[in-house]
Amino acid sequence: MNENLNNWEAVIGLEIHVQLSTKSKLFSGASTNFGALPNTQACNIDLAMPGVLPVLNEEVLKMAIKLGTALNADINSPTSFARKNYFYPDSPKGYQISQMDKPIVEGGYLDIETESGTKRIGVTRAHLEEDAGKSLHDDFEGQSGIDLNRAGTPLLEIVSEPEISTPAEAVAYLKSIHSIIRYLAISDGNMAEGSMRCDANVSVRKKGDLELGTRTETKNVNSFRFVEKAIQYEIERQVHEIESGNTITQETRLYDSQNNTTRPMRSKEYANDYRYFPEPDLLPITLEKDFIESVINDMPEMPNEKKERFVSKFSLSNYDADLLAADKDIANYFEEVVKISDSPKLSTNWIMGELSALLNNENLNIKDSKVSSDKLGQLILRIEDATISGKIAKDIFEKMWISGKEVDEIIQDEGLEQVTDDKQIEAMIDEVIKSNPEQLEQYRSGKDRLFGFFVGQVMQASKGKANPKQVNDILKSKLEK
Amino acid sequence: MALSDKELKEISYLARINVKEESFSSLKKELEQILTLFEELNEADTSSVDAMSHPLDLSQPTRKDEVTEENKRDELLKNAPSVKSGLFIVPKVIDGEA
Repeated sequence: MNENLNNWEAVIGLEIHVQLSTKSKLFSGASTNFGALPNTQACNIDLAMPGVLPVLNEEVLKMAIKLGTALNADINSPTSFARKNYFYPDSPKGYQISQMDKPIVEGGYLDIETESGTKRIGVTRAHLEEDAGKSLHDDFEGQSGIDLNRAGTPLLEIVSEPEISTPAEAVAYLKSIHSIIRYLAISDGNMAEGSMRCDANVSVRKKGDLELGTRTETKNVNSFRFVEKAIQYEIERQVHEIESGNTITQETRLYDSQNNTTRPMRSKEYANDYRYFPEPDLLPITLEKDFIESVINDMPEMPNEKKERFVSKFSLSNYDADLLAADKDIANYFEEVVKISDSPKLSTNWIMGELSALLNNENLNIKDSKVSSDKLGQLILRIEDATISGKIAKDIFEKMWISGKEVDEIIQDEGLEQVTDDKQIEAMIDEVIKSNPEQLEQYRSGKDRLFGFFVGQVMQASKGKANPKQVNDILKSKLEK
Repeated sequence: MALSDKELKEISYLARINVKEESFSSLKKELEQILTLFEELNEADTSSVDAMSHPLDLSQPTRKDEVTEENKRDELLKNAPSVKSGLFIVPKVIDGEA
């Protein structure tokens, strides 16, 4: 494929399914725990036994209201459920209870950071619906095994406007939604386990064209990286097809992460026709103003608010504030460190640098960090008050990580306190100058580069403990004599 | 309103009702009568009436988010014609693979 992609632009919309982290299901009191033995968490209602009726879980309304508010959207009242009719073995009723005309969340937006600045992506709607069970196709001699534990688990489907233009923007939008649902604690957002799933609607058109191209829907994309790759592949495929004189078929495609391709799903003999109609087993839901307000009052600070506060309160750069605020746990850790260290910039550098490296190394979440926020705060405090140098701090940090000891304990045990006494430093410098007469000669005859050599010698003599700034100053005056 | 054989086939497929060819003509006649009735309804002026999604003028009651159901797998699986390793066994249906 060597088409000039620059002549084309992509139009992308995302549908994100978020599994809500309720204890019980959307319409039944069965547990939603992940990983239970098959069919041990599927009750009469989930199995659609004759005569049962759905009873709505109040918690999902609160979760949807929080999400809607975070997305700057309207909360519809009344909001109502609809039946989406289709037959599939993992959906025992022969229909899915979803929302059609009156979704609970409608008309919002999300601002994302792109290479060319902030971009606003419209959110068309977010509606509540039931998840399906799981079909297992192996080991059943040509038949399928059905596990209905997941059937009836509440989902929020968040539909964006087709206002995303690049794979990178799609990932930024998805990450932003992920960050919001984690902040709101309405879902664990685990893409690998399927608690957040993403379908991408993609079409391409010549730059400047107003008319939209035919779109395809790519399913089965279960990581941020795959979303980017799948959309990139689909854009290139469509451009290639059109430039080769073919047309794009409106179809659903599956992403294959092993080969980084998308391929069409088997098309059915008849097009899907879900024959939506208002769900007769559920009344429309009126959301009282007081109820909505109490839910909104209960909301935590959101990532964008936190970011702005970090910028104004701690004078952090937009970039640093964005990184820290994207993850609630990292943001909390940061604030705890700053409380002790009183140095936002240095704290940011340590969290994003040394701490992140060790966490990544051992695949740990910041909540499980072997150096607590208290201890890191103390370490940074000791750099700030010049007890230790930044270089020695790195060694101490690794020792803290392994031993779990406090910074002061290690400094004391190993005698690592920084030497800040001018007299002591002078003595070391005198010694170094005395034992390197040749280099002194060369330096004084104009070889300035040797200054670094002397610094190195002094630092070595002090075992890295001499205050580097004092070493520089005193050394300079001594050498110039 | 006239209904084609193709449309009738599609509708019966979507509803998973096995309609035999010989009953097509009589069924079509009945369905067309129903559709005509709806066309009559469509003529009524409803511009001043709000859409109604339920005839009861009440709000849906809700329940607290609590697990109230116990594992009754053994009992529930008894209803199934075929069961293996705690799973319902059904004819293979794979949607999605090409």
